[in-house]
Amino acid sequence: MKHEFRIIADLIEANSRVIDVGCGDGVLMDFLKQNKNIDVRGLEISKDKVQKCISKGLTVIEGNAESDLKQFPNHSFDYAVLSQTLQAFLNPEIVINELLRVGKKAIVTIPNFGYWKVRLHLLIKGTMPVTETLPDQWYNTANLHMCTIKDFFNFATEKNFKIKSSLALSKEEVSEIKNSNLSFKNFFADLGIFIIEK
Amino acid sequence: MNIKKDIKNLLVEKPLKLDCGKTISNFPLAYETYGSLNQKKDNAILIFHALTGDQFVTGINPITNKDGWWSYAVGPGKAIDTDKFFIICANVIGGCMGSFGPSDLDQETQKIYGINFPVITINDMVNAQINLIDYFGIEKLFSVIGGSMGGMQVLQFVSNFPNRAKTAIPIACTSSHSAQNIALNELGRQAIASDSNWCDGDYIAKNSNPNKGLAVARMAAHITYLSKKGLQEKFGRKLQERDDLKFGFDADFQIESYLRYQGSVFVDRFDANSYLYITRAMDYFDLSRKFEGNLSKAFKDTKTKFFIISFTSDWLYPTQENKEIVIALNAIGADVGFVEIESDKGHDSFLLDVPEFLKALKNFLEKSY
Repeated sequence: MKHEFRIIADLIEANSRVIDVGCGDGVLMDFLKQNKNIDVRGLEISKDKVQKCISKGLTVIEGNAESDLKQFPNHSFDYAVLSQTLQAFLNPEIVINELLRVGKKAIVTIPNFGYWKVRLHLLIKGTMPVTETLPDQWYNTANLHMCTIKDFFNFATEKNFKIKSSLALSKEEVSEIKNSNLSFKNFFADLGIFIIEK
Repeated sequence: MNIKKDIKNLLVEKPLKLDCGKTISNFPLAYETYGSLNQKKDNAILIFHALTGDQFVTGINPITNKDGWWSYAVGPGKAIDTDKFFIICANVIGGCMGSFGPSDLDQETQKIYGINFPVITINDMVNAQINLIDYFGIEKLFSVIGGSMGGMQVLQFVSNFPNRAKTAIPIACTSSHSAQNIALNELGRQAIASDSNWCDGDYIAKNSNPNKGLAVARMAAHITYLSKKGLQEKFGRKLQERDDLKFGFDADFQIESYLRYQGSVFVDRFDANSYLYITRAMDYFDLSRKFEGNLSKAFKDTKTKFFIISFTSDWLYPTQENKEIVIALNAIGADVGFVEIESDKGHDSFLLDVPEFLKALKNFLEKSY
C-alpha cells in the first residue's frame, strides 16, 4: 500500500464510517476494513475498478462524485476521503462542498503543483511538468484544475472551511504544514494531505 | 399444458390473504432445488424467476427438455455455485409450471379458473414463497437473487421479511413499473384477448388455445428484451433463406423469422392466462406505494447487504431505475453496492453469457458468504 494511504489510515479512528470517493481498486478501503473495523463505502467511476473492489468483497457504488454524492444524507459518514482527484473535477468547489456535506470531516489529498521538481520542469524545459505524481502529458491528463498546497490553504480561508490538520509528504517523509513553514513545504512536498471541516 | 410429473410441490395449507382481498389456502407451490443445504442451514439462496421463467433454473428442464433459464449463471462452479450453495426456486403463483394458477380447477365450481383466478401481485408471490423457506427450516437465507420480475420479488421479499436474507441481488429491475412498462404489457395482453380462441379466458374448457395471440405477445415482448444495437448486429437487414426480397408478407428478413420462431416455441411452454396474470402483477408493482411514495421506508432498518446490477443497453429497466433503488438505500445508510455492466444484449443480458456480469455476481457471493 502506498505511503499516502498509510497516512490517511492513521488519521481515521477505528470503527468509524467512511466513504472513499474515487476509491479506485479499493486498496485503502480494504485496509481500513481489515485493520480498523471501519464501515467503508466506495464511489468509483471506472467499471474495471468497481469489479476489482467487488472481488475484494468491498461495498462500492459505480458513480461519479459530481453527480452521485448527492444521494447520501448529510453527515452520513465520519470521513469522506478524496485522494488525488480533486484536480480532475469540472468543479472542485462543488465537490469539496459535497464532501463536507456527506462527511463530518473530509480528508483531501492533492498533488502539489508547487513542488520544486514541477516548478523546475516548467522553468527549465518550458513544457508542462511530468513527474512521478503527475505522470501524464498535458493532452491526455485527467487533471483540469491543478493547484499548489498554498492555493489549497488560500482556498480554505476564502471559502470558510477549517483545515484541522495538514501534512506534507515528500518521498517517504511526512511533516506538518503550518502557516510558518507554508512556503517551504509548498516547495518541497509533492503531496499535501488535509483534514478539513466546515 | 404439460402434465405435472417431475414437479416437486409444496401444498401450502396456511391461508394467504392476497392483495386483491381474497384468501387462498391449500394451494400448490411448485419448486426445484439444486445443491444441498448444509447443517447450519446458512448456504441457501432463493432465486426468483422472471415473467416467463419457472423453477427449473439450471440443468435440463424436464418439461421442455431444454437448458434451464439461468444455466449460464447457476451450476457447479458457476457464479451461483451449486457445489457451495443450496438453490431454491419456486414457480410463482399465477404461473403455469405447477404452482397455483389460472389453469387449475376451482374446487368450488369444479371449473377451470381461467380469468376467475384472483389477480395476484408481486407481494402475493413472495408471501407464498416464504412458506417454502419455512418448510426447509431456513431461518435466514444467504441470498435472494432475481432479474427483471425476479428482481422485483427480491425487493419485495427484503421489504416484507427484513430478517430473512443476509444478502440481496436485484438485477435489471425497478421498484415501480413505468407507464412504458405497463403499455408494453398491455400490448401483450390485448394480443391474447383479441385472439378469438382465447374465449374470454375459457379456452381450456372449450378445448381451444389462443396460440396466435400469445405468440404475438411474446414477439412484441421479445423485442423489448433486446437492444437496437444487438438486433442490428445479429440480424441487420439479412434475408431469410432467400437471395432477394419476395414482395410479399412472408418472413423475408431474418429478424422476422427469428421473432416468429420465438413466438411459436413460447406457446408450447406457456399458458396465455398465466401471461395475463403475471404481467398484471408486474404492472401493479410499486414498492413505495404503501410508504407514502418514499422507497427508503420500504427498507427501514434493513441489515441486508444489497448488490444492485444494471446493464448499459437495457431500455426496459434502464440503469436510472436501478439507481433509484441504490439512492433509496443509501438514503437510509443501508449496505448497498452497485455496478452497471457494459453489454449490447439489452434487458436479456442477465440471462446470457455476459462475463463481466457473471464475474461480479460470483465475486459478490463468494466474498459475502
